Amino acid sequence: MREGAISKHVSRFFMYAFLVIVSFISVFPLYWAFISSCNNTQQILGGRMIPSTHLMENLRNLFAQQDVLTALKNSFATTLLQVVLSLAISSIAGYGFEIYHDKWKDRVMSVLMLAMMVPFVAVLVPLFQLFSKMGLLNTWVAFFLPSLATPFLIMYFRNSARTFPKDTIEAARIDGLNEFQIFVRMFVPMMKPTYAAAATITFMNAWNSYLWPKVIMQTSNATTMPMLVSNLMGGYVIDYGVVMAGVTICSLPTVIIFFCLQKSFTNAVAGAVK
Amino acid sequence: MTNATPAPRKKRFWSMERKQSAAGWAFLLPATLLIVLFSFWPMFQAFLTSFKRGLPTALQYSDPLYRNYAYMLKDKVFIQSVKNTFTYLIIQVPIMLVLAIIFATLLNNRDLKFRGLFRTCIFLPCATGLVAYSMIFRTLFTYDGMVNALLMKMGVISEAINWLNDPFYAKVVIILGLIWRWTGYNMVFYLSAMQGIEYSIYEAARIDGANQVQQLFKITIPLLKPIILVTAIMSTNGTLQLFDESVNLTRGGPANMTITMSHYIYNTMFTKNPNFGYAAAMSFVILVMVAVLAAIQMKVGDKR
Repeated sequence: MREGAISKHVSRFFMYAFLVIVSFISVFPLYWAFISSCNNTQQILGGRMIPSTHLMENLRNLFAQQDVLTALKNSFATTLLQVVLSLAISSIAGYGFEIYHDKWKDRVMSVLMLAMMVPFVAVLVPLFQLFSKMGLLNTWVAFFLPSLATPFLIMYFRNSARTFPKDTIEAARIDGLNEFQIFVRMFVPMMKPTYAAAATITFMNAWNSYLWPKVIMQTSNATTMPMLVSNLMGGYVIDYGVVMAGVTICSLPTVIIFFCLQKSFTNAVAGAVK
Repeated sequence: MTNATPAPRKKRFWSMERKQSAAGWAFLLPATLLIVLFSFWPMFQAFLTSFKRGLPTALQYSDPLYRNYAYMLKDKVFIQSVKNTFTYLIIQVPIMLVLAIIFATLLNNRDLKFRGLFRTCIFLPCATGLVAYSMIFRTLFTYDGMVNALLMKMGVISEAINWLNDPFYAKVVIILGLIWRWTGYNMVFYLSAMQGIEYSIYEAARIDGANQVQQLFKITIPLLKPIILVTAIMSTNGTLQLFDESVNLTRGGPANMTITMSHYIYNTMFTKNPNFGYAAAMSFVILVMVAVLAAIQMKVGDKR
């Protein structure tokens, strides 16, 4: 009996130790990048673990080397447009698929779900040709147009529409609301948490997207933040302080959203498979 | 006496039901058109383009038609990129999923203190962009960087390892990076699925004397099978499309020893002599690989 209690304590100790180590490894790279934006190259390579006083210098060099403001403007504009438009288009589609479902709509839905398995690279060449033919290279529209409607978001909203009470719809119809008004005035307000979750994950994806912007945003005026960060390691002499300042600026929006809306984000990540 | 059978009520064309069904179609139409236009149609186009050769402005069907596909078998870089991508897939995905299940199991314990804190920490890498974390890892693992300094100070290694310029170690860095970035993401799936399992099942098992490992294999994994399948398919899909890490963390180097298929396709599209036909053919191979591997995983997942 006594021995069992001791071994229980020991195993508990190892479990906590394990989790602490894992948590430390998970947090460390990001923490280190943030504090390294305050350090110079020598301190960074030497492995300094606390911030020093070089933040302003790093930022000054970063802004001198790169057009950070343009990249920030492009990233915020494209990301926010994508969040708003894709939530609108995908949520009304998910609502339509669920509330008015019949044999043919269900079939269309299952065909659309196949698009989830289409790797983006598989459509890269034709999409690039299409957008250059349309004269949309280096535009914000080109950034978000291909990912406005995603099977993932449609499915997510379809699943949440399942919980939307049919009585509410009937009552609203009797009150004289048309179908679109029911969606806008009843469904949207009731599903605020769903929208919040979808918005967080769409923001993260759009903000961090790299391959597609790299393909279509080719001029320096059209650069986005991830592309700018990627360019920071181009030269022969790398100023790691500047790199980490860029990494920090690029990561701050998503990290802030992560901490403020963690619950929404978690729901969105796991919600797709409910 | 009038006729007993009532005259059939004439149905108006725009009955309530039809109106509602039409509204439904109108609601789902924009999204459907977008997906057809930017997913299915280009996929079909890519298939056609994969049989063509020539400059991007003057693509023509090749002779013989399968020339691009035949060239792949002779293209050393392409073969290397397939090998690299599958190395990442076979080593990284199982390690990551096993770790994710272990973390989720530990965090699902209701007696655990600081559960929320641990979960937040392990999930945090998901808030980091792929380019951003590639840059962080590149800095950490650079030759005169911190990882080497630390390992030498601890006496693990006597000489600095050239992490990013060694074919073996560069792959190790990419795999470490992928595990770091995605384990928490998969853990969240498992945690959310575990919350759907009645906690009393575990309590009953504990009373019956089942230890943690037995609970994991006898209760958790069987009940989690569908979600494990989903995460396996998603991770496979993602790994086959790996791009950001190859471009930013190792630059595909040294000598294409870490280049991924997507990275090579991009290079084929944007070089001095862009070859869209060949790029399309390679991208179609990825599409087939994703489909085949997903089918295999579903088949295996069904049997168990």
